[in-house]
Amino acid sequence: MSFLGITSATLAKDIRLEWRSKDAINAMLFFALLVVVIFSFAFDPTAEESRRIAGGLIWVAFLFAAVVALNQTWARELRNQVLDAYRVSPAPANPLFLAKAFGNFIFVCALEALMTPLFIAFYKLRALGPAWELAPIALLGTWALVVNGTFFAAISLRTRSREIMLPLLLFPVSIPALLGMVNATTSVLSGDEPARFWIALLLAYDVVFTTACLLLFELVLEAE
Amino acid sequence: MKRGFTILAFVTAVLLCFALYEALIVAPTEQTMGNVQRIFYYHVPSAWTAFLLFLINFVSSIVYLIRRNTKADILALVTAEVGVVFCTVVLITGPIWARPVWGIWWAPGDIRLTTTLVLWLIYISYLVVRRFSTSGKTPVIAAVVAIFGALDVPLVYFSIWFFRTQHPSPVIGDGGALDPRMAHVLLINWAAFLCLGWLFCWTRYRLEFLKREVEEAQALESLMEVRR
Repeated sequence: MSFLGITSATLAKDIRLEWRSKDAINAMLFFALLVVVIFSFAFDPTAEESRRIAGGLIWVAFLFAAVVALNQTWARELRNQVLDAYRVSPAPANPLFLAKAFGNFIFVCALEALMTPLFIAFYKLRALGPAWELAPIALLGTWALVVNGTFFAAISLRTRSREIMLPLLLFPVSIPALLGMVNATTSVLSGDEPARFWIALLLAYDVVFTTACLLLFELVLEAE
Repeated sequence: MKRGFTILAFVTAVLLCFALYEALIVAPTEQTMGNVQRIFYYHVPSAWTAFLLFLINFVSSIVYLIRRNTKADILALVTAEVGVVFCTVVLITGPIWARPVWGIWWAPGDIRLTTTLVLWLIYISYLVVRRFSTSGKTPVIAAVVAIFGALDVPLVYFSIWFFRTQHPSPVIGDGGALDPRMAHVLLINWAAFLCLGWLFCWTRYRLEFLKREVEEAQALESLMEVRR
């Protein structure tokens, strides 16, 4: 099988599994909804205030919700020794990683698409800057979270209490990406300054860490 | 080996006493900040030592991945541990100085503060992974995490650099205008801290090395018993 063949086969399998069980997306949606509601009670902001804080709130909610999906990525493969079977098969490691990362990317993007209208309603948001810039920010930001998240989820498989291990590993490394997403979103919402630098930073982050993940994933997969 | 260690311990003790004397008595009092500025002689050398140790950790992690050399792995573990200790000293002495001078404990937008804090967080998570790993290949996983952490540092630096150019914040007052006597004291302190770091690493390295030898011997012994 070719590289693309393995990637698409694994991706199709994961999407079908998720479509039938809806485990990850339901948990993520409910979690993100709770964060939105609780924050809106805690702050009850005016339109001006919410422009300043919404960028941070949105991304923190998505980050926490994404961890729910990321934790399930590999745990699913442990049952029935699927991962061991994959390891002894002649298939290379990277297509598996890419398929998992794309799968998570699709789940988290779906979550964002569903949650954004709620955020707009709850926090009375209206962008003062160019709103179309939010699309590249969301795509690049989500990829930044998901690519490292998928990688670290594979590492945390090899540890005790793995559900706690993932955020411990992921959050420190994600700080520059998070800074980029939050500041880019805030500058689009408030329209004060161009978001271009932050988008470039996100792009650089994505390139650096996607490369690193692809170079090092095989080592992690083999480290049993 | 044993003799070298004793000599290093002696030199470190003498240097630390001398550096303390220099920092508290010989170094001139800073004009605007007064005596509180003297914490600088502990703060800056600790930071330099911590960064050096993290650099060694990064290099030995790469060496481990290429050569699979156990010594490189032990060195990586040891430098991360001692580096976190020195980094903690930096993060504690910083606010103690900042409170009277800046009027605030912590400046969230400042480039050096945030980069140091993120570095500290990354290496804590590195040590946690090592401790919690159930894999037989802990060193490989740890080396991978160390490389991710090292890749993160320049990105953190650049993101905050941009952040700061937009929202100016207080700047730490060293740089070109340092009094030569102060620079002299600073270098003596750095030498003392480097020796101390070296001493810690050496002790910890020996301990870890012996621990692994004992574990190996025990594993072998239980294997023999099973055979009998």
